[in-house]
Amino acid sequence: MAPLDTPAPSRRAFLAGASGLLISVALPVKSRAQSGAENVLGGGESGENLFEPNAFVRVSPDNTVTVLIKHIEFGQGPWTGLATLVADEMDADWSQIKAEHAPSNAQLYANAAFGPIQGTGGSTAMFSSYELMRKAGATAKAMLIAAAAARWGISSDSISVSNGVVSHTGSGRSATFGELAEAASSQTPPENPTLKTPDQFIYIGKNVSKLDTRDKSNGAAIFSLDVYRDGMQTVVAAHPQKFGATPASFDAAAALRINGVEDVKQVGDAVAVYARNTFAALKGRKALDITWDESAAETRSSEVIAQERIDAVKNAGATANESGTASDALDSAATTHEAEYVFPYLAHAPMEPLDGVIERTEDGGVEVWMGSQIQTGDHMAIAQVCGLTPDKVKLNTMLSGGSFGRRAQPTSHFAVELASTFMAAGGQTPIKLVWTREDDIQGGYYRPLTAHQLRGGLDADGNIIAWEQTIAAQSFLAGSPFEGMIQNGVDATMVEGAAPIPYSVPNFKTSAHIINNPVTTLWWRSVGHTHTGYAVETFIDELLEKAGKDPVAGRLALMSEEHARLAAVLQRAADMAGWGRAAPEGRAFGVAAVESFRSYVAQVAEVSIENGVPHVHNVWCAVDCGVAVNPEVVKAQMEGGIGYGLGAILFNELTLDEGGAVAQSNFHDYRSLRISEMPNVEVEIIPSTAPPTGVGEPGVPPIGPAVANAVRKLTGKTPRRLPMIKDLQA
Amino acid sequence: MTRFTVNGERREFNGDETMPLLWYLREEAGTKGVKYGCGIAQCGACTVHVNGAAIRSCVTPVSSVDGAEITTIEGLADGENLHPVQQAWIEEDVPQCGYCQAGQIMAVAALLENNPEPSDEDINNGVTNICRCGTYFRLRKAIHRAAALKKGGA
Repeated sequence: MAPLDTPAPSRRAFLAGASGLLISVALPVKSRAQSGAENVLGGGESGENLFEPNAFVRVSPDNTVTVLIKHIEFGQGPWTGLATLVADEMDADWSQIKAEHAPSNAQLYANAAFGPIQGTGGSTAMFSSYELMRKAGATAKAMLIAAAAARWGISSDSISVSNGVVSHTGSGRSATFGELAEAASSQTPPENPTLKTPDQFIYIGKNVSKLDTRDKSNGAAIFSLDVYRDGMQTVVAAHPQKFGATPASFDAAAALRINGVEDVKQVGDAVAVYARNTFAALKGRKALDITWDESAAETRSSEVIAQERIDAVKNAGATANESGTASDALDSAATTHEAEYVFPYLAHAPMEPLDGVIERTEDGGVEVWMGSQIQTGDHMAIAQVCGLTPDKVKLNTMLSGGSFGRRAQPTSHFAVELASTFMAAGGQTPIKLVWTREDDIQGGYYRPLTAHQLRGGLDADGNIIAWEQTIAAQSFLAGSPFEGMIQNGVDATMVEGAAPIPYSVPNFKTSAHIINNPVTTLWWRSVGHTHTGYAVETFIDELLEKAGKDPVAGRLALMSEEHARLAAVLQRAADMAGWGRAAPEGRAFGVAAVESFRSYVAQVAEVSIENGVPHVHNVWCAVDCGVAVNPEVVKAQMEGGIGYGLGAILFNELTLDEGGAVAQSNFHDYRSLRISEMPNVEVEIIPSTAPPTGVGEPGVPPIGPAVANAVRKLTGKTPRRLPMIKDLQA
Repeated sequence: MTRFTVNGERREFNGDETMPLLWYLREEAGTKGVKYGCGIAQCGACTVHVNGAAIRSCVTPVSSVDGAEITTIEGLADGENLHPVQQAWIEEDVPQCGYCQAGQIMAVAALLENNPEPSDEDINNGVTNICRCGTYFRLRKAIHRAAALKKGGA
């Protein structure tokens, strides 16, 4: 992806006018690509990181410190987390801190873990910003001190800062940040401001209150859906019922007779209804009569698609990771074990379906409001569709009602549809494009339907001597601008977590088949780890059982020193649960441990079966994410990850019927977990001085296999054809 | 003509009788804290009070609320004084993405009016709103805290 064609601001540039201080800092962040997602976005491990200036802090004369957040906030906590880093280094008072989304600008706000692209994903916000944001805060503090020293005619060394007040003990003089803001603007930023040592932290590692909670508790928070512009039309579009279909013809007469409907146009593969309000647009869409061309559509059922993948994994695919000779070791093993898994298509189903607003600006450009997760890609796509240079596009990142991967679109399909809808109607009238829940559930971009085949071998002493895993799925990178990132037939997002595994097995092989079809797919919270974590952690549990070994002790014995942090969370979760004690009558414990996105999470689940459905009573969760910048946010992400993962593993699949149409359409048949199904969750964070790593995704992967391992104890079999309700009732 | 109040303000409506209250509240009354999530009364993001009862405004026609007092999240606080449920939400830092939370808060506020000290079982049966972020564990703690705050005279 090309960088934005905008003039690069000079390093140390002051971008604010007289109203306050805006600081840019530049510093390299060394990244280690781990998630496949990050590989894709970053263009791979090139070994080079761009060191662009960044602008993160704004001190206003009214004493407000605004922290500009380059990552989208949709519940995972970057507003509070990244602002905490700045506030701590500045010694600001938490009550003066505000957060807002930074503008779309790849030069200033690239994600260091991705390369020259602004975006959020792979649980990288804290990981990629820890030093950067602290340096931004320390720079601001040094300049405020320098301003005070100049004003008071004293040395900077004799000045201290506490709770947003700069003071000189000897003379008793003091000034607030706001009072010094303008003077600080003319100070020279230090090249390398001194960062605090951990013992000096005042907010990092403590629990400051979240910056967005109040507005999200009183209705004041503004999401994309809440943006209304003068003269705006609301658009609801009819999308194809089958993947790959296109409108052959349509009759809009009935729709146009509806009061409030103003126009109907074909936009891409959809038919868009333009109306004065949302209800009219919804009624208009219902009244459309469309004939679809299905000649290029996927018309097979998901059963057939699944069988195609099951057939594929019977033979090895392109090698992702190999050591020793797994096939020979399997032949010579005293005991062998096989398992086949099928993971269904899943929708992300964020609470706020996709939506956005676009309008023409006075300079002939456009302004856009949307929950953009890869701002640089969306920005470029909008510019292209509107025939503008990128500098004529102003993209506002909005608070968003969840994402779970749904808003991170390599093809920018929603931004393209929004801009195309606008341009199709003349490109002058402001447009809000709203996807309904039905569009969301039936509109694709699912977690790929994936099959796994595992074979394991034990020697006569019960040692695991062979492990062979084969995976088949669609690649959501194939056909995208990032297709070149599929290396040697292996899509990293498909095999992460399975190649390699954290257990020492002398003869090991993981391979993969890419089988594409017209169903659109996408990364889904924790990406490959959602299915590889499940397959690996249930299969190792079964192998240990065959070897007569305890699930916890057996795993620990197979983890080398390289996996010490994963071993530590496993041991901690086991201790929290009182592992080894008998489960209450009718219940069982299951355990799983998964490293993902540089963080380590282990969970023990206490499960019973109620009316054929697993009921999870308690979950004990230990997490090591390095420094826990805000422990409550970390815990909330673990709790939420467990709830999100549990709902999917218990209930969710999207199926295509025999003609290829999606059978589910809304929350009545694509059920979400509800409060009655949420377990009690106890989270412990392993104390650490390691740099902070992600928490948005790593809470998800262990819950499925932890529950499945408990279910196996209760029923004698591991659910291998998900979701569990389907498997258990089969 | 349908007459009702929204957060104490008198309103009249004589448009499309089938228009759901959700879209009226968002696009005519301007109470945008009322959210669209499913349109079929499954998720509860659109929950508001009609004469004190929590209802799902996405399936409630405006024409059916003649004479009613409607309260949305914007009207729940008493001026600057937050409702105990809102206060509890802040103390437990419940929201993640926040999109469903206005509906959750309205559902819980109505529950506590009828059942000031709900048991966990009462909560399971009485709060069926969906939160895709999975804030349920904290949400339950906040409901119990709100009950305590309310009892304490907040």
